[in-house]
Amino acid sequence: MRRLFSRLPLGRNLVLAVPWLWLMLFFLVPFLIVLKISFATTQLAQPPYTPLLEWTEGVFPRLVLHTANYLGLLADSLYAAALFSSLKVAAVSTLLCLLLGYPMAYGMARMDRAWRNALLLLVVLPFWTSFLLRVYAWMGLLRNNGLINNLLQWLHLIDEPLVMLQTNFAMYLGIVYSYLPFMILPLYANLEKHDATLLEAAADLGCRPFRAFLSITLPLSMRGIVAGCMLVFIPAVGEFVIPRLLGGTDSLMIGRVLWDEFFSNRNWPLASAVAVCLLLILVLPILLFQRLQDDTEKHS
Amino acid sequence: MSRRVSPGIRLVMWTGFLFLYVPILSMIVFSFNESKLVTVWGGFSTKWYGELLRDRQMLAGAWLSLQIAFVTACGATVLGTLAAFALVRHGRFRGRTLFSGMVSAPLVMPEVITGLSLLLLFVALAPLPFMPATRGFATIVIAHMTLTLAYVTVIVQSRLATFDISLEEAAMDLGARPLTVFRTITLPLIAPALASGWLLAFTLSLDDLVIASFTAGPSTNTLPMMIFSKVRLGVTPEINALATIMVSVVAVFVVVAGVLLARQERMRLRDSQAAARG
Repeated sequence: MRRLFSRLPLGRNLVLAVPWLWLMLFFLVPFLIVLKISFATTQLAQPPYTPLLEWTEGVFPRLVLHTANYLGLLADSLYAAALFSSLKVAAVSTLLCLLLGYPMAYGMARMDRAWRNALLLLVVLPFWTSFLLRVYAWMGLLRNNGLINNLLQWLHLIDEPLVMLQTNFAMYLGIVYSYLPFMILPLYANLEKHDATLLEAAADLGCRPFRAFLSITLPLSMRGIVAGCMLVFIPAVGEFVIPRLLGGTDSLMIGRVLWDEFFSNRNWPLASAVAVCLLLILVLPILLFQRLQDDTEKHS
Repeated sequence: MSRRVSPGIRLVMWTGFLFLYVPILSMIVFSFNESKLVTVWGGFSTKWYGELLRDRQMLAGAWLSLQIAFVTACGATVLGTLAAFALVRHGRFRGRTLFSGMVSAPLVMPEVITGLSLLLLFVALAPLPFMPATRGFATIVIAHMTLTLAYVTVIVQSRLATFDISLEEAAMDLGARPLTVFRTITLPLIAPALASGWLLAFTLSLDDLVIASFTAGPSTNTLPMMIFSKVRLGVTPEINALATIMVSVVAVFVVVAGVLLARQERMRLRDSQAAARG
């Protein structure tokens, strides 16, 4: 292909230039605009924010940076609380996904080839069906007169229906449910490649299975664990749909705060400031995820 | 070759699969429920499907979403394939880290951030002459393409990484022109990856609520936006029927695609073995 491209210098450059320009314009530049607008204030106009450059007097425009949004975020404890609770919810959900996803991926990787492919399809299939509808399905199950409550009452385990919908429990359940495939897939891809003879050798040398797992399988699967955790944690921090549909009205998630500032209060500059703060917090995990992506690329 | 798996792990695994499928199955079962009470069984009925098919707004939303998803998937497949070629075949070019970063970041970026930033871009660009007058179809497609091209790139990239480059070189040595080589050798070999990339982009676009809500104009209502506004008010049997239709279509598609790809893979393997013996 290198030779193919070298005969076609124009083609070679186009292959790089087209996606490059697209991503510059629609991925990088928008962040700069968000940064810019986070330093503006609202005004009743279209668009509803003030320009940063004012051409009042003289030839040179005056740069007006309003830091009020950021000061407001710091002053109102609601925003800090929302940010912390989002990080907590995302971290706990990631841990739960790992605790459920690891044994699943481990079990799958040790099945026969035919079973393995069928189970892999079963993991991927929900991923192809509407995320919104799968969250909605839980609303039907968790309601006061929903399937779970009816079942528990029929079994006489409870007398009064448990209130589950619009609680933190429902929100965690929804997040773990929706993001579980993202945890299983990288773990499975990693565990499937493990050399079984390592474990056999350990067993021959008298190592107990659990000990062998801790000292062989777990370290070898570290890359898969980190990849899975990043794929769950980063998007879960900014999750909006699940807290809105399954969580209670008091569930403070930063994604929901951003949404409400934007759509209900029409405060675009404040919503932008929230986005900038969220991005600053997520920048480290995102970079970690990308290093991992790059490494896997080189290894494959 | 099945290796020993302890009963405990087996139990967790099957519980996990049950957890993944019980909600979907319950939705399918209750879509055939006669009763309006979503969780009380009132006998078998297909009336909610009839109701759904008479809901003109819902159908209009579905048609719009399908069109958006189709254009998005085609665009994202072209862009994502170009990006994958650039990453695999261009070696170390200047700015490669930034480029691969921009390609893979949308995979994990919270949707509220992507949606907000794209909307602000569209608002800032609105005065320019080549931009569409109102936000709607075009802006949603652009936003969805930016999101989904990352998925296409990852899929095509992994296919290209295992691609035997000597096939292309052999064709060129025999005097084939570059475009002919691409059409007759490269394209057929990466076609399965392109197909799964296209399908994934299509379903992701069809499913997206958050980014579409930010980038749509006030008069544009995609299917997920309509579902969301209905679902916010509570559970309705009509949505169960819609979910069942979507799940069945996807399941049929994925299973058929899986079987076709497996068969093609087997044929390719047999051909290359035959060629090696030949």
